[in-house]
Amino acid sequence: MMEWETVIGLEIHAQLATQSKIFSGAATAYGAEPNTQACAIDLGMPGVLPVLNREVVRMATMLGLAIDAQIARRSVFARKNYFYPDLPKGYQISQYELPIVQKGQLTIDLEDGSSKVIGVTRAHLEEDAGKSLHEDFHGLSGIDLNRAGTPLLEIVSEPDLRSAKEAVAYMKKLHQLVVYLGICDGNMQEGSFRCDANVSVRRKGDPQFGTRAEIKNLNSFRFVERAIDFEIERQIELIESGGKVVQETRLYDPDQGETRSMRSKEEANDYRYFPDPDLLPLALDEAFIEAARVALPELPEVKKQRFMTQYELSGYDASVLTASRDLADYYEATVAALGGEPKLCANWVMGDFSAFLNKENRDLADSPVSAVRLAGLLRRIQDRTISGKIAKEVFEALWASEGDADAIIEKRGLRQITDTSAIEKVIDDVIAANPEQLAQYRAGKDKLFGFFVGQVMKLSKGKANPQQVNDLLMEKLQGRNDLLA
Amino acid sequence: MHEKTIAQLSASLATGEFSSEELTRALLERVERFNPSLNAFITVTAESALAQARAADERRRQGAAGLLTGIPIAHKDIFCTDGVRTSCGSRILDRFIAPYNATVVERLNAAGAVMLGKTNMDEFAMGSSNETSFYGPVRNPWDLDAVPGGSSGGSAAAVAARLTPGATGTDTGGSIRQPAALCGITGIKPTYGRVSRWGMIAYASSLDQGGPMARTAEDCALLLGAMAGFDLRDSTSVDRPAPDYAALLDQPLTGLKIGLPKEYFGEGLDSAVARVVEDAIAEYRKLGAETVEISLPNSHLAIPAYYVVAPAECSSNLARFDGVRYGHRCENPKDLLDLYTRSRGEGFGAEVQRRILVGTFALSAGYYDAYYLKAQQIRRLISDDFRQAFAQVDVIMGPTSPTVAFNLGEKVDDPITMYLSDIYTIAVNLAGLPGLSLPVGFVGQRPVGLQVIGDYFTEDRLLNVAHRYQQVTDWHQRAPTAFA
Amino acid sequence: MMPLGTAEVAKIAHLARLAIREEEVPDYARNLSAILELVEQMNAVDTTGVTPMAHPLDMVQRLRADEISESNQREHFQAIAPRVDAGLYLVPKVIE
Repeated sequence: MMEWETVIGLEIHAQLATQSKIFSGAATAYGAEPNTQACAIDLGMPGVLPVLNREVVRMATMLGLAIDAQIARRSVFARKNYFYPDLPKGYQISQYELPIVQKGQLTIDLEDGSSKVIGVTRAHLEEDAGKSLHEDFHGLSGIDLNRAGTPLLEIVSEPDLRSAKEAVAYMKKLHQLVVYLGICDGNMQEGSFRCDANVSVRRKGDPQFGTRAEIKNLNSFRFVERAIDFEIERQIELIESGGKVVQETRLYDPDQGETRSMRSKEEANDYRYFPDPDLLPLALDEAFIEAARVALPELPEVKKQRFMTQYELSGYDASVLTASRDLADYYEATVAALGGEPKLCANWVMGDFSAFLNKENRDLADSPVSAVRLAGLLRRIQDRTISGKIAKEVFEALWASEGDADAIIEKRGLRQITDTSAIEKVIDDVIAANPEQLAQYRAGKDKLFGFFVGQVMKLSKGKANPQQVNDLLMEKLQGRNDLLA
Repeated sequence: MHEKTIAQLSASLATGEFSSEELTRALLERVERFNPSLNAFITVTAESALAQARAADERRRQGAAGLLTGIPIAHKDIFCTDGVRTSCGSRILDRFIAPYNATVVERLNAAGAVMLGKTNMDEFAMGSSNETSFYGPVRNPWDLDAVPGGSSGGSAAAVAARLTPGATGTDTGGSIRQPAALCGITGIKPTYGRVSRWGMIAYASSLDQGGPMARTAEDCALLLGAMAGFDLRDSTSVDRPAPDYAALLDQPLTGLKIGLPKEYFGEGLDSAVARVVEDAIAEYRKLGAETVEISLPNSHLAIPAYYVVAPAECSSNLARFDGVRYGHRCENPKDLLDLYTRSRGEGFGAEVQRRILVGTFALSAGYYDAYYLKAQQIRRLISDDFRQAFAQVDVIMGPTSPTVAFNLGEKVDDPITMYLSDIYTIAVNLAGLPGLSLPVGFVGQRPVGLQVIGDYFTEDRLLNVAHRYQQVTDWHQRAPTAFA
Repeated sequence: MMPLGTAEVAKIAHLARLAIREEEVPDYARNLSAILELVEQMNAVDTTGVTPMAHPLDMVQRLRADEISESNQREHFQAIAPRVDAGLYLVPKVIE
């Protein structure tokens, strides 16, 4: 059995989260009526000219700084010439020979707990194309150019990835980063973050790369993994049965779980790149780059390390809480509002809070429970006003926007009973009402202790402090035993 | 009224000698009468012209008139005019009603100018004789058998025939200067970036520049003053205020250093044209200028470099004409490829197709370095030649065109010979410099133009140099007899 | 450089999406070859080390603020479109 090695490089297109397009003042909002956000420039009307959006340059610079890349002090826009109905000018404005970002790197975490550095060859700015719709227009296709001219940052990795899992880890890491930087909304359903994968296989030890196939438009992490795994299998089988991999573009079909050759793109493309004469060289000075550097948020890896030291969290907790900037900010706001108890906060933010968000499929921004309100609840656990169990009930009420924790506790009378004599009274009532169980317990059936705890909690409507209930019950049940003995 | 220059008309309108409406009506009548023989206009906008004229008269009554308020002009049909057909001389845009105004049009509108119509031109500005227009050739008012030059041939002929006192043009390789020379008028191609290209349909983006065409340098100064200036919508527009060209016309020429490139007076130059040009230069010496022979050693490479750069850019610029969003679309396309190839094949004429093919080839895989990159390097050498020359001289002079206007049909089947008629003008575009052509005499009944080339942003100097000459000569006042 | 043959002209015409009638191809081949011969005069000059000049002026790109300045003008723009339906530009079926 021959040993095979997989070589993968990813080209990721991140749509930059600007208000207006890369070369025009038309809006970039998703989901508008067809062609209502395509201005004269986006439509490629005769005589129109592009003017570059400053924000896209700033965003590309931030990405470059975040991956320790070189920011080109001078970069050039080029035209990539080809005919397609969703490409109004007959060329795409992109960067070719001199991209704005070069030679960066990204560290990914592997499943075995180790990490690996993946090289980023380049990241360049370009405009997106429109969309072809194939619904029934009397056998014709409809062209919507709203997306034409939307700014994209194409981030190209080195062929450093060796498995579908590594590819996914890289893609997730980059996704986290662009969202952290606030330069991309990361919405994969809407195509804001999509991926082409270059996949080839070679025999272990072979210094040459095999012939690669490019799999287009992978818009979910799952598809990336499945498509690459399928493609690896396909290529190995092909070679082992005496065939040859051809360099081509393939499309992943998620329904069939396979990649297929895209016949229409088979024709050898000759893009005739040349510098766009309508755009001048893009020059960045130190001040611009420095301003972008200052604007960089704390990056995920740094934040995670800080959480581990500052809040004494485990590596796992720290990475869950720093998975998104929003969640990390929420967590820190909760700790700040509570004035400590970072572990308690972590448990709640990762636990009930995240579970409720997930259950309702809500963004953190739409959460009905603010960090201050959550801290208000945790404060009452901390000072033993309520038990952890009651807290869950209060949290549900918080989620339903019934007021702050104190108001809910007050209104529902959930304040914990910590008065010893009150608890003793309940215990006495329970013991008196269950003579049979008492006898059995006293006969040595220890596990009935739980029954008595349950009865006490039930009678106190869950408000009796559980620790006190335990202690007092033990004392009372024990005490009588001694007496009888 | 038609015999007056813009400056004279402006004065007459100011004194109330006649109204803009009267003037516009008179010129529209001339257009109606003479255009059938000249074919200088593709579209005449009589109704909106009269409305603009009345608005200009009203503006004048309110005391808000400027120098160009109420002055009729014509726009080369390469400038987008909102709501008016903008054909670029091509079948592919025959029914294209522009949805917006070019900056040049907007600025002239704002100055109160009245648009009479859109002038004929070589298709997509590709040509030197106006014979590539879908709307048929324009005839030279001085001799109806002769071409007017191109590509702004309609503008040049209309001005020369006194159908309009001024017009806009564009110049990618000589398209303002050469027709100005061949029609005996004055025209200036400003420094690249001086006039906004927004709304000016692109031929070769790094070479294209709009400019005015009129009978005198003074009129060109008035028009350029309105056209020039920074435009946020054009990334290649220069953020630098335009001087008051009209105010700077009268500077004396004493001590002006004129460079005469030996390459512009050698082989290929018609000897009769050479004599007329030399007489003009002698006149400049009388005006106090001194002349010095200079060399622009890479001049012979201008046409080769141009015929790579311009076609390369045009092959890409014209890709948007695909029959999808506007413009000509073939009947019953059977598939996408058919839609593209037939719409474009039917929509573009032979010369445009030739240049698209040359450019496509020059940019294609395996040829880019040998053609496109090489041409860009040659372009640098040509630009350096000028830089060195302007270290020694103030302006450069020579013939605008190697011959006077040639006959219709004479060169139409031989692209190379046609290309050579721009031999003295093309280098200026490659370098991005300003260049002006002014009438300095005749060979037979056909006019001769003198080209004046200046350093970057010295349009004021070029207009001044031409104006002083026009103060002491009357070539610019001559009118073709049939149109006097 | 050899003169362009008819096959090459057809290939370039396809790349440029121009339908050229077969009987015109030899004419194009001849003219294009002549133009290429003209431009090849450039080869006589050694340009080693010469920086290519893409723009006449030594300027850099100006940047605009990220602001929405354009409003919906679909009806205006589509009034001149050859074929539209439901706000979409229609073309023969695009095969992916």
